[in-house]
Amino acid sequence: MNIDSIQNGVVIDHIKAGKSMEIYNLLQLYNLDCPVALITNAHSGKMGAKDIIKIDSENLDIDLDVIGLIDPNATVNIIRHGQLVEKKALTLPLELRDVLKCKNPRCITSVEQDLSHVFRLTDKQSGTYRCLYCEAKAERRN
Amino acid sequence: MRSLIDILELSTQEIDELIATANDIIEHPEAYREKCRYKKLATLFFEPSTRTRLSFEAAMYELGGQVLGFSEAQSSSAAKGESVADTVRTVSCYADIIAMRHPKEGAPLVASMAASVPVINAGDGGHNHPTQTLTDLLTITREKGRLNNLSVGFCGDLKFGRTVHSLITALSRYEGIKIVLISPDELKLPSYVKKDVLKKKGITYVQTRDLEAVMPELDILYMTRVQKERFFNEEDYLRLKDMYILTPDKLHNAKSDLSIMHPLPRVNEIHTSIDADPRACYFRQALCGKYIRMALILKLLEIE
Repeated sequence: MNIDSIQNGVVIDHIKAGKSMEIYNLLQLYNLDCPVALITNAHSGKMGAKDIIKIDSENLDIDLDVIGLIDPNATVNIIRHGQLVEKKALTLPLELRDVLKCKNPRCITSVEQDLSHVFRLTDKQSGTYRCLYCEAKAERRN
Repeated sequence: MRSLIDILELSTQEIDELIATANDIIEHPEAYREKCRYKKLATLFFEPSTRTRLSFEAAMYELGGQVLGFSEAQSSSAAKGESVADTVRTVSCYADIIAMRHPKEGAPLVASMAASVPVINAGDGGHNHPTQTLTDLLTITREKGRLNNLSVGFCGDLKFGRTVHSLITALSRYEGIKIVLISPDELKLPSYVKKDVLKKKGITYVQTRDLEAVMPELDILYMTRVQKERFFNEEDYLRLKDMYILTPDKLHNAKSDLSIMHPLPRVNEIHTSIDADPRACYFRQALCGKYIRMALILKLLEIE
């Protein structure tokens, strides 16, 4: 099966097989008005099987760093005029706002529905996020 | 404008200054009787707590200020569904400083982000209780004359006990501290406190279930109550609540200058026959609670 290469946009490659839909939802790619291709179970010499997401858009305004929450081994390639111009390293964001939900039933966010769910990166090495309010550890997706 | 939500927001130097102010208040109470004249403290207690609320109120009265507020959520607009942020925005119009207790963790932080006056966290669920920690630090200073080179035993509920977590965190910033953790397996200190505080700061600690075995080495024994309200399951509570009851015979091998502390209220974990022992300092500790809150109110209101 062939999917055309894109001229301008982003290719998220080396996604662990089966994880692309989670990334699609996390980045809310369903809100984009450009072509988005999800390729699952593509052959990979290194990984056996992998997922790939191709986003065909010149002006993309999304925070790609949060991909690291789902799959820190995914790679992000920026394409311009059909050429790879940048391999973006995923850096975990210092703060996540309304990306993860605090699951602690004792947290104030469990009763105040209008409060943003905010998590801060408290340990870069282990990628640990804690709720701003109750300091409960975030449940990682990967 | 500054609030106090977590004890770590205060540097050790600021804690030393608060302790010095509290000691000065104890020695010269008359010099502080008018310091907060025309100032109002709002005590917003969404969860009942007699002693913390009364100590805040007594502190403000002794500074010459006035107090308004509520002592349970049912008598506040929270019962009508008002958010914490809206409540404190409104209360900011009527008071100069707020002391808030709330059963939900993080509520005082939400309050401090919305209020236009300083907010003091007077306890948020099982999370933070910085004024209890300040109380404990003042007590230790007055009983021992120092905050370093101490062997401190914590006994009872070390899992849900927020006073324990906060005090361990605060003490970990001082030299020569050894922590002895005495609890049943089910109520052990959470691993994140051990990892993020004790191991990170290189603090020596031991874990045991046997209180009497470690008693001789302790300078301070900090007893805690197993709190019914922290359990989702009553069976677990009933099984664990009487694991440690301090009686005079258990002190036979304790140091003669041991300090027995307890954040109060106690249920039965310290037998009343120990109250007369000069090493029991929990009621002196309760008194320290008023003085350190006086010092804190002055600091946050920026009154010299």
